[in-house]
Amino acid sequence: MSESTVARSDLADPATRQALMAGVDATPGSAKPDSILVVDNIVRQFGGITAVDVSHLEVQRGIITALIGPNGAGKTTFFNLITGFDKPSSAKTGAHWSFDGATLDKTSASSVAKAGMVRTFQLTKALSRMTVMDNMMLGAQGQAGENLLKCVFKPLWSGQEKAIEEKAKELLQRFKLLEKKDDYAGSLSGGQRKLLEMARALMSDPKMIMLDEPMAGVNPALTQSLLGHIQSLRDDGTTVLFVEHDMHVVRHISDWVAVMAEGRLVAEGPADTVMSDTAVIDAYLGAHHDTDLGDDALLSDQAMVEIQQEVAAEQAEREEEA
Amino acid sequence: MDTIQAILNSMLREAISPQTAAVAIAAIGLNVHFGFTGLLNIGQSGFMLLGAYGFAISIGHGLPLIVGVLLGFAAALVFALVLGAPTLKLRGDYLAIVTISAAEIIRYVGRSALLTDFTGAAQGLQGVSYRTPFTNLSFFGDGDSTLSPFNIYDIAGGAVWVRLVGWLALAACIAGIVLLVKAGRARPTVARRASRDAGGRLTPAAGTESRADLGADARQVTAVSAPVRRMGIGALIALSVFLLFFLMPTSYQDTGVSGWWVRFVAWLLVAVCLLVVYLLVRSPWGRLLRGIREDEDAIRSLGKNVFAIKMQALIIGGLFGALGGMLYVLPASVQPDSMGRSLTFFCYTALLLGGAATIFGPVLGAVIFYAARIMIKGVANAYIPDSIMNGQQTEQFSFIVVGVALMLIVIFRPQGILGNKRELRFNV
Ligand SMILES: Nc1ncnc2c1ncn2[C@@H]1O[C@H](COP(=O)(O)OP(=O)(O)OP(=O)(O)O)[C@@H](O)[C@H]1O
Ligand SMILES: [Mg+2]
Repeated sequence: MSESTVARSDLADPATRQALMAGVDATPGSAKPDSILVVDNIVRQFGGITAVDVSHLEVQRGIITALIGPNGAGKTTFFNLITGFDKPSSAKTGAHWSFDGATLDKTSASSVAKAGMVRTFQLTKALSRMTVMDNMMLGAQGQAGENLLKCVFKPLWSGQEKAIEEKAKELLQRFKLLEKKDDYAGSLSGGQRKLLEMARALMSDPKMIMLDEPMAGVNPALTQSLLGHIQSLRDDGTTVLFVEHDMHVVRHISDWVAVMAEGRLVAEGPADTVMSDTAVIDAYLGAHHDTDLGDDALLSDQAMVEIQQEVAAEQAEREEEA
Repeated sequence: MDTIQAILNSMLREAISPQTAAVAIAAIGLNVHFGFTGLLNIGQSGFMLLGAYGFAISIGHGLPLIVGVLLGFAAALVFALVLGAPTLKLRGDYLAIVTISAAEIIRYVGRSALLTDFTGAAQGLQGVSYRTPFTNLSFFGDGDSTLSPFNIYDIAGGAVWVRLVGWLALAACIAGIVLLVKAGRARPTVARRASRDAGGRLTPAAGTESRADLGADARQVTAVSAPVRRMGIGALIALSVFLLFFLMPTSYQDTGVSGWWVRFVAWLLVAVCLLVVYLLVRSPWGRLLRGIREDEDAIRSLGKNVFAIKMQALIIGGLFGALGGMLYVLPASVQPDSMGRSLTFFCYTALLLGGAATIFGPVLGAVIFYAARIMIKGVANAYIPDSIMNGQQTEQFSFIVVGVALMLIVIFRPQGILGNKRELRFNV
């Protein structure tokens, strides 16, 4: 416990994170000093096409890793595979992945989440005919009231229920959904559903959260505050792996970037290095918008520092408010 | 006038009959499956038949009553496990196919000559072979009773004006109940919710954070009037029940084969089942059920064991089915052919009519369904000459009308009588 607290406070400091990752090779599949997720030989074929073929990938604990790649690169499929929602075609031929030291090769989706790796979906899965609050309450782990034998005796779970409700309200407040708490989730807009799903995933205090395009469809102002929230998650010690197409966002918050193209891991490294990598530019220019990536390449370090200062100021402001 | 009174009387008799209560309990089980968890079980009659066989065969072979009941439950439990294990991991449609065929298999095995010693084959088991231990439990004594003892015939000999006043009072009571229930629903979201899970998870506590919108006012109003409203509804329901028996005095044997004793036990069991379902679905476990109904994968991604919970729901609903089956045969006999597909569909009709995913829906639906069927039959018998429709045809006609009514409900009021229309707007 004490060890991890030390590591936490360390990784909240950008300089420490930079120093930590500076020692890591910027090559696909490079080893990390302290990996929380290790994936080996994971292949998934759909008929003739190979959607995912990753021979080795490690995700460093306690930082924000971005997983980028053009449409159809296999990012979502990769998420599905390691969270137990899909089975690799290579299941019998050496596919192996482990989370926080525990092997996950044959683990069901629910056990993966229980182990502390919680994901969100690119196509949101809001529980339409339930209220926003009920959606949130379902996210909490280890509820006594979810046990069939205990659930009929309210005193056995009402205390825990209140605590969970408080926590849910806090999260909803942060995600600007508190006014909606008694509305049906089906009445939320697309962006609000993204927010709800992310908030719901956070109800379980995951060790690692995997976000599939969390910012898609969320307005810019809220994106800013969400980015701040993701960063504060990291500062509290949660590992974040997220898929995102917006290069500004990736550059803004990620400490490490992994790039997939046509199912393969083609590059890894800090945002700047990766975005000037020829393999990455090739992968994108072939199939994706070219201007964005080009613009990003022009961004100087100074601009990065400016953005970071902006975010820090914003965060300070928010903390003052609270 | 006398014809109408006779039809009304028979409607009331049918509405309170133990078999109506039995179907209500089976529909409560189906509500756990279909209404709350989204499991499409089209073989509820299979659970009922197994419960009935387990109960009747073991008592017929000299086992005590309680063992018979437990064996009936055990049979349904095994049935649920066998059906659920291979199908609950697959898409929902597979459960539907498997349950309907398994229920038919149970029925065919029951009526096959192979097991005549146990099941009595197509003849079934006569009630006398298993009813006695239950009848012996009665503390109602012998003799006949009329409910209510104080009735229209005590006032001016049941003159027309007494009846009219009585029926008007009953109509007023029912209108009052409808108004009170609607008043509880019409408020903004917070109030609606508070009235829905009457457990009151959110009721007054939600008033802590201030919100300057309409909801805040409405919340205060409901916080004050919700208990009063609930008491009002309860009182009006009690009054209506009294008025029903006042207007239509009904007499049965106190114990007998199919008297007050079995009716009393049947409706007591309905009340117990309602209480159990209420306790289950207001809990976090019930929330999980609804979550699974909405999206299994989302629930999986939150670390819940979806398969185990679906299995628990299948078993619990099946046990309700078995209990319904035991009650169903208690005043009659075990006839495999009377507990086939159509019984499952009656359960579904009751459920959809009353409102799926509501607590009282299945019971209200069962009562209305059976009463309405008798009414159609009675009216057709009384007013349509035999040359157009004879007695047997009116029976079939009543089923046709019920089928058409079910279609109309699904089209025009898919949420049923007690359901919440807003929920349906977000169909996925
Ligand atoms: N269930 C499936 N059946 C057949 N092919 C599939 C299936 N799921 C994914 N694929 C294919 O696998 C490839 C990778 O898809 P995936 O959804 O992982 O892409 P992605 O990287 O998430 O893309 P995007 O950025 O657009 O979300 C695509 O070519 C897709 O057509
Ligand atoms: Mg994707």
